Amino acid sequence: MADKTFICRCSDLTLQDIRNLIAKGYTTFDELKRVSRVGMGPCQGRTCMPLVLRELSIATGKSIAELSPGTFRPPVKSIKLGAIAAHAFEEGGGEGHE
Amino acid sequence: MKAVELLVVGGGPAGLCAAIQAAEMGSTVILVERDEHLGGQLIKQTHMFFGSEKQYASKRGFDISELLLKKLSELAEKVTLMKGTTVVGIYEDGVVSLEQGGKYFKVKPKATIVATGASEKTLGFPNNDLPGIYGAGAVQTLMNVHGIKPGSKVVMVGAGNIGLIVSYQLLQAGVKVAAIVEGGPKIGGYLVHASKVRRLGVPILTGHTVKEAHGTNCLEKVTLWKLDENWQGISGTEIDIEADVMCISVGLSPLSELLWQAGCQMKFVQPLGGYVPARDENLQTSVKGLFVAGDVSGVEEASSAMVEGYLAGMSAASFLGYKLFNMAELRQDLLNQLDSLRHGQVGEKIRKGIAELQIVNEAAASVDL
Repeated sequence: MADKTFICRCSDLTLQDIRNLIAKGYTTFDELKRVSRVGMGPCQGRTCMPLVLRELSIATGKSIAELSPGTFRPPVKSIKLGAIAAHAFEEGGGEGHE
Repeated sequence: MKAVELLVVGGGPAGLCAAIQAAEMGSTVILVERDEHLGGQLIKQTHMFFGSEKQYASKRGFDISELLLKKLSELAEKVTLMKGTTVVGIYEDGVVSLEQGGKYFKVKPKATIVATGASEKTLGFPNNDLPGIYGAGAVQTLMNVHGIKPGSKVVMVGAGNIGLIVSYQLLQAGVKVAAIVEGGPKIGGYLVHASKVRRLGVPILTGHTVKEAHGTNCLEKVTLWKLDENWQGISGTEIDIEADVMCISVGLSPLSELLWQAGCQMKFVQPLGGYVPARDENLQTSVKGLFVAGDVSGVEEASSAMVEGYLAGMSAASFLGYKLFNMAELRQDLLNQLDSLRHGQVGEKIRKGIAELQIVNEAAASVDL
């Protein structure tokens, strides 16, 4: 049953998936993110991160306050590359790339 | 790149009050809200507020929102409203990037107030992806903003104020609430809200949680079980309840990603809901010119969010050089209001949490008030 417990809905990761990865030695949120894409979907970690940090805390014996949520990078939601490119051209940033 | 005096991120109770205060003091303001509506959570709050008159006590949330919007419209000369717009990044050099209707652009504000609020926490249990399982706030939005009944029989998980209030509003909408389940040994919310739902015959099961959900295409049944003192489920105590909706109301976490990006000093403080920024008494973070207000700086209620909004608005305007002759007095009044809102057991935890975050008058991050 445990594999029907979803921790990350964006990337379809279950509690068992997360626990297996932690058991393999991925013991920070950033490492789990890089190896599994947890926290990289539309929710950007807003749903899954508290649940993952709780698992990391149980597995490592560290309190959540001692764990790191990893790096937050812009943009906070998905936007089209075209929109960024269009803005870069407006600013004149495209000239060197003609 | 557009030069901006004050940028306020978030049009909920904190952001609206911040914009009002700063504009009244003379600053020009751009208020950005990702939703098409201003007012944030206020627009779906049909219950009356507590607190004192200064925080609009005994008024309903959506009426308070109308009141604040009216005040804001009187300041239209100073305030530019940008609805349907998301701040997608704050960079360490102070540049802010935004998205509106598929268009991307940047601004450079002299001061910024982040009032992005909080998001709902969730729980991991078997079949927690079944349709019919919602955040309690989402169900409140469905019902009170969009007029959509979420289902016919609900199990509410969490007996904090949101869980209790949304349960009552579900009953008002003619939806059956089978039970309110609370993991902790005690009801977390105000007793006045708990009494209301108890009088209507809804059981509140403390020391219980969800063991698993059942259903083929959508939620059909919920299995609860009792928790021991270490929060582990006890076999043999299972209770099955048929329900087509489960509302999860187990707390909120501050939407603080923009503060991380900006390089604010952050700390995990459990009673405030998660990662929150260090700040001074005037709500300036460790980044000069970057202020916070409302749930993003620590999850509390709309009343304190509004007072923090006024305080952050005042601090930011003062930082920009706009002063009031009686500013020290007004500031003290706001601080007193926050103090009185943070009384009692819960308030004590919040006060303790905030004390851990206090930047005491660091030269780099001080505002002359």
